[in-house]
Amino acid sequence: MATPAKAPGRPSKANGKGAWVGRRLKRKEDPRLIRGISHYTDDFKLAGMVYCAFARSPHAHADIKSINTDAAKGTPGVIGVFTAQDTTSIGPVPCAIQMPGLKVPRHPVLAEGRVRYVGEPVAVVVAEDLYVARDAAEKVEVEYEPLPVVTDMEKALSNDTAYVHDEFKSNQAFTHTLKNGNLEAAFKKADKVVKQRMINQRLCPLAMEPRAVIAEYLPGENRLTVWSSTQIPHLLKTQISLLVGLPETSVRVIAPEVGGGFGSKLNVYSEEGVVPWLSMKVGRPVKWNEGRRENFMATIHGRDTINDVELALKKDGTILGMRSRVLADMGAYHQLLTPLIPQLTALMHAGCYKIPAIQIDIIGVFTNKMSTDAYRGAGRPEATYNVERIMDIAARELEMDPAQFRLKNFPKSKEFPYTTITGLTYDSAKYQESLAKALKLSGYDSLRKRQKSARKNGKYYGIGVSTYVEICAIGPSAATPAGGWESATVRIEPTGKVTLLTGASPHGQGEETTFAQLIADELGLVPDDINVVHGDTAVVPYGLGTYGSRATAVGGSAAYMATQKLKAKMATLAAHLLESKPSDIVFGRRSLSTKSGKKKSLSFGDVVTAAYTAHKIPAGFEPGLEATHFFEPSNFTFPFGAHIASVEVDAETGEVKIDKYVAVDDCGNVINPMLVAGQIHGGLAQGIGQAMWEELIYNEDGQLVTGTLMDYTMPKAHFFPEFVLDHTVTPSPVNPMGVKGVGEAGTIASTPCMVNAVCDALSPLGIRHIDMPLKPERVWRAIRQAESAPPKAESEESPKKQSKKGTAGRRRP
Amino acid sequence: MTRNVAITVNGTERRASVEPRLLLVHFLRENAGLTGTHIGCETSLCGACTVLMDGRAVKSCTVLAVQADGRQVTTVEGLASGDQLHPIQEGFWEEHGLQCGFCTPGMIMCSHDLLGHNSNPSDGEIREALNGNICRCTGYQNIVAAVKNAARKMSKPIAARAGAR
Repeated sequence: MATPAKAPGRPSKANGKGAWVGRRLKRKEDPRLIRGISHYTDDFKLAGMVYCAFARSPHAHADIKSINTDAAKGTPGVIGVFTAQDTTSIGPVPCAIQMPGLKVPRHPVLAEGRVRYVGEPVAVVVAEDLYVARDAAEKVEVEYEPLPVVTDMEKALSNDTAYVHDEFKSNQAFTHTLKNGNLEAAFKKADKVVKQRMINQRLCPLAMEPRAVIAEYLPGENRLTVWSSTQIPHLLKTQISLLVGLPETSVRVIAPEVGGGFGSKLNVYSEEGVVPWLSMKVGRPVKWNEGRRENFMATIHGRDTINDVELALKKDGTILGMRSRVLADMGAYHQLLTPLIPQLTALMHAGCYKIPAIQIDIIGVFTNKMSTDAYRGAGRPEATYNVERIMDIAARELEMDPAQFRLKNFPKSKEFPYTTITGLTYDSAKYQESLAKALKLSGYDSLRKRQKSARKNGKYYGIGVSTYVEICAIGPSAATPAGGWESATVRIEPTGKVTLLTGASPHGQGEETTFAQLIADELGLVPDDINVVHGDTAVVPYGLGTYGSRATAVGGSAAYMATQKLKAKMATLAAHLLESKPSDIVFGRRSLSTKSGKKKSLSFGDVVTAAYTAHKIPAGFEPGLEATHFFEPSNFTFPFGAHIASVEVDAETGEVKIDKYVAVDDCGNVINPMLVAGQIHGGLAQGIGQAMWEELIYNEDGQLVTGTLMDYTMPKAHFFPEFVLDHTVTPSPVNPMGVKGVGEAGTIASTPCMVNAVCDALSPLGIRHIDMPLKPERVWRAIRQAESAPPKAESEESPKKQSKKGTAGRRRP
Repeated sequence: MTRNVAITVNGTERRASVEPRLLLVHFLRENAGLTGTHIGCETSLCGACTVLMDGRAVKSCTVLAVQADGRQVTTVEGLASGDQLHPIQEGFWEEHGLQCGFCTPGMIMCSHDLLGHNSNPSDGEIREALNGNICRCTGYQNIVAAVKNAARKMSKPIAARAGAR
């Protein structure tokens, strides 16, 4: 059925608020989690279960000359040791992306003759005991012949390079250009062109629960059950069936409690092919737990792009055009969505601005590193960083206030739905209102006064502004590789309790609570009446999972629509019993009543009983109360907001102290404000983490030098101030609940906000940009460099107006 | 080679013959069957495995089971009494101090240690006390709120707390 433009059946509930929707309700999932009695994958122990461990490559690029597994096999307790020779029947690790000219290398589950990144699995050991499996994995002797290593993207594209995959005779995985408007004319008539090169560094998603897989194969029943810490149980089920060659009807995937994903579990990994195969091979249930070191090396990474961004402007601050070149590091192989991520970067390159002409060239590059893929934000943080940094640099060069500069270039709220130069249709927004609110909440004017007086006292105080729009509720099926809908089955049980089976697969977001709030309102029940079931492919109809801030907007809409079908059915039955018309029936608290004439009522339970006993039903009425809906969204949603940070930089040490962080976000209607705030907080910590501390570094030998929690600066509690949040509410017209999605917003907006703040603080020194992360060392070096030599201005006056060049001389505050 | 150990876990003595290298966290999860204590790094850096040993917070991934021989160990499963949640558990629930829940047992046990010697910690003291425990979901803000919530509850006499429910 067509997507309703407005919320059907709930016009009386303004702003999506009902008895439960809009309330700060404690989560239903928490009691089991805070008692420690819930079950993550590693918490299951099956009868006869054995353990496996992988031997992984210590080299970034090498030929495998020989593998000797004798010592490993001879270890007491070892059941088997397997290498690529044994696993030829397992299909390759899948990549779901198809695009013209995309090079897709074969990606075997265990390395075949050559390794291409540190951590690539080479052999797997199965043993009676976890410790024995790990001991024996260390005894697998592999003779390697090292090959030249490709780590630097620009060098990888030059003539002077080795190839990650010889068969392509190039390290270029794909190129993609998004182009619209007359860019040449825009740059020709510009009064000012600003340029900046920016590195978006590689990050580790770092879900607290590392990956884990258990597989149990029962040959008699030809049934394979796989427990995996995944965001996509159904897609994984399909892929496992293809990997191990079982009919899909024989495969069941269970995503039990999942300890965070952030995109890193939106994937299909080697181990998810090997562990099921092992259980079929050895005839026992097999468990694999990823260690944290393995998680750093062999679970997907995020970001890793090199960006050259140019903006053409009129002197009054009007944007005329934008040009970007983005090199995106794929790593050695494509994981499920690897080449898709930079395309989202291209799509979102217009940000929340009116840009008449644009060109974005994306080049995907193979290197001898772990694959990149979706990490919280997935392409949008990279776009937003480019856009928000270049806007800030432009405002500075034009000597305009960064907030005023942005206000000047926003589309007005009456212009929505707004079609961007990149071809997207933004659903609804009030950018001006959002920024105005953030300015007020942060006390922007007084922050500027404070900055002025700080500068008089030789201190470096900076204010960062970032306004963002993101793309969520992924998404309309036509725009996604595997469909963008979501499923829901609502079943009202004979006792009047309700089961919701959702294809969304939450892993911390709290949909067991929010979906219960939603359905409780629709049926006149309380959330405790509703049990939300997810993450089991044998129980839940096919669904696509939780990623891309889609669970509520798409999965919640499916639940809403399925509930509408049941309401219509119950109204028909109640009308029959009350000798009225279905259109005359209204839902009250645990009751259905006629609204006209003499009020007649039935309890909710009576109608449910009548549907199941089927003693007195209208002709043609189908007994039972169960409905399924596959919701297909008509568009993405586009949440937005404005963030403001203020920082103080210690010029002697390079340390940055975050003084204040204010976030005003708009995710449309809100089902549970407490959970929305939680999503923002977590997103901010990750986005600020990228700006300030986090970085995966491969050295020139392709060794991951920040591959432990000692070396990778994972933000801790004392790194942050208390965040100050507020929101505006602009309902989305593209789904019946008017929701937009909030899972990634904090991550997207906060990274440029922090860098803008630090660069604002250091602008009196002529520093216009420092690449992330802004660790004290890097800030200190930038300050020392600025003090010793005035940096070159990277912007140019256009030929049309050659005036005094560069404003970035050395100036002490 | 194995060693006999007797470790009192949540008030119940557990005897086992273990490898000397067996980690306490594996003893708790595999021998005692208590899987509320999670393994997030095995290098004492993430804090997910935090438990109390003789009342003080330790990271059970870097304590050997043999070192816990004869000691009292409390895990997250040992905090509630029947249906009655511990005030720290209540605090985490009421303040939305958890999302995926994986770090939560460690956060709760570490907070227990803090509140044992500082009944009214400031925000800064809470953030410092939790610096050995990492969380990727919450941005820590609601964890701080949860610990303060618990501190308020725990500073009230038990009768008043029960009456308030």
